[in-house]
Amino acid sequence: MSSSISNVFIAFQDNEEARPVVEAILADNPDASAAHTPGLVKIDAPGRLTIRRATIEEQTGRAYDLQQIHVNLVTLSGHIDEDDDQLTLSWRH
Amino acid sequence: MDTRVAKKKLGLKERYAAMTRGLAWDTSYQPMDKVFPYDRYEGIRIHDWDKWEDPFRLTMDAYWKYQGEKEKKLYAVIEAFAQNNGQLGVADARYVNALKLFIQGVTPLEYYAHRGFAHVGRHFTGAGARVAAQMQSIDELRHFQTETHALSHYNKYFNGMHQANHWFDRVWYLSVPKSFFEDALTAGPFEFLTAVSFSFEYVLTNLLFVPFMSGAAHNGDMSTVTFGFSAQSDESRHMTLGIECIKFMLEQDPANVPIVQKWIDKWFWRGYRVLTLVAMMQDYMLPKRVMSWKEAWEMYAEQNGGALFKDLARYGIREPAGWKAACEGKDHISHQAWNTFYNYAAAAPFHTWVPSDEELDWLSQKYPETFDRYYRPRLLHYRAQQQAGKRFYNKTLPMLCTTCQIPMLFTEPGDASRICYRESSYLGDKYHFCSDGCQHIFEQEPEKYVQSWLPVHQIYQGHCFKEGVDPTQPGFDPLMAVLDWYELNVGRDNFDFEGSEDQKNFAAWRGDAQPAAGEGGAA
Repeated sequence: MSSSISNVFIAFQDNEEARPVVEAILADNPDASAAHTPGLVKIDAPGRLTIRRATIEEQTGRAYDLQQIHVNLVTLSGHIDEDDDQLTLSWRH
Repeated sequence: MDTRVAKKKLGLKERYAAMTRGLAWDTSYQPMDKVFPYDRYEGIRIHDWDKWEDPFRLTMDAYWKYQGEKEKKLYAVIEAFAQNNGQLGVADARYVNALKLFIQGVTPLEYYAHRGFAHVGRHFTGAGARVAAQMQSIDELRHFQTETHALSHYNKYFNGMHQANHWFDRVWYLSVPKSFFEDALTAGPFEFLTAVSFSFEYVLTNLLFVPFMSGAAHNGDMSTVTFGFSAQSDESRHMTLGIECIKFMLEQDPANVPIVQKWIDKWFWRGYRVLTLVAMMQDYMLPKRVMSWKEAWEMYAEQNGGALFKDLARYGIREPAGWKAACEGKDHISHQAWNTFYNYAAAAPFHTWVPSDEELDWLSQKYPETFDRYYRPRLLHYRAQQQAGKRFYNKTLPMLCTTCQIPMLFTEPGDASRICYRESSYLGDKYHFCSDGCQHIFEQEPEKYVQSWLPVHQIYQGHCFKEGVDPTQPGFDPLMAVLDWYELNVGRDNFDFEGSEDQKNFAAWRGDAQPAAGEGGAA
């Protein structure tokens, strides 16, 4: 296997509720990229990806409970670290 | 009383700890070992259950709130779909056969998962693991119900769905997913989580739901997209339970490493074999295609699984034993499976067909190394035979692999022109396998697999006829007697799509107002 950093990813249903979350991720993670397939948006990032509650709230202008992402979450990879303010996916190699 | 103290709200981790560890207690009337007897005999050593890291910390109030939201969204879509005759909007009626396979072979697994997680949700000594498993058990019951509700609308209009539960326990190819899950359910709790949460959900489930649901979206099936994604939205928690359980076992004691590795080897291969059905659905049963099985395999198994096993290497875990063979199989298995189902279309309650020229070209483009060389000529031959009025139906019974229960349809590694056969003896009897992977699994636990309910063996032993049927009568037709026992409507549920009732009905319902394929202009 190669020694390059592996991607972590997270995917959401491609809908209006998920859009500010996706935009927040892309704003907070400059190396992340989003790919759209029918019904689905998948975001890949090398090694690490963070979702920040504050950035989503800036996007929408209202309070956001980070666990709301569960409603439109489709899949993810990597180890999870989650608290009230952020959710981080990462590989440790 | 008169000074109000501002109570600091607990953070997420504290809230979840209060619900799990905080509400748990050690038993005193009976020793803990006697109350939780099942999580030791597998040999997994746990020194400190408090080191269990909770995957996704949903407390009960949040769980009910978000699950309720998911349900409301889903049922709004299902209702709108039914009211607007959404079934007429799917790309073409062949697509519905993928849904038949889903309700027959996948939905019952959700129910098995519900039972399995309810069981381990009782039997882990650690409260964190118990709560996670209990929540998942409820999720799985929800999946079984929502999938059944969503697909019941199709059952009003199409054949091949009306006896899905009855078929699951009887029909030959459905013993593949059924035996997979029964194997997991009858293992100990740690092996069950390694099998279902880690190997199936974390490593492989993306291959089932993500491209397939995207395919449903592309084929105009909003109701399936929605139940698929609604189920999948729970999946991230399930996958995380899988990886947390693996890490927990590996971190608790180095003696656990070889046991876990053995389970990963076994369950990766078992899961990979079950996904053969999905590979076939993806490449052959979606009239409008999103990605090939091979592309999905590369994206979700090779890239993501590769990253995962690189990560677990620090514990001394390597990639599963069958990994390379599975990666080689990405060029072959969907074609080999479709060929088999095309052959046995008389004995299966869904339709098969030879793909159109345009679809064959798509397959050639997606499988440049193998499709034209091995698989296209065979399909063209079938088509020529059919057009000459000689549609071939294989009426003999195939030899099954004792472990995965799939007919012997896979080829030798490195030689796609030769069927792969392996054979082992146990207590004087011979057992047959489709691969080194399945043979190895058998040899680790022969006493388990010699009990397999192999459909072909059962038919030959006369266990698959209705009561009172006399196979010694002159003119006895064993296939018809088996189909009768299946409760399969011969001529409606089975045979080629070409000429089927589904095909005729769908064309009639859509009427002439619908443009024929290719004339619809830009999408």
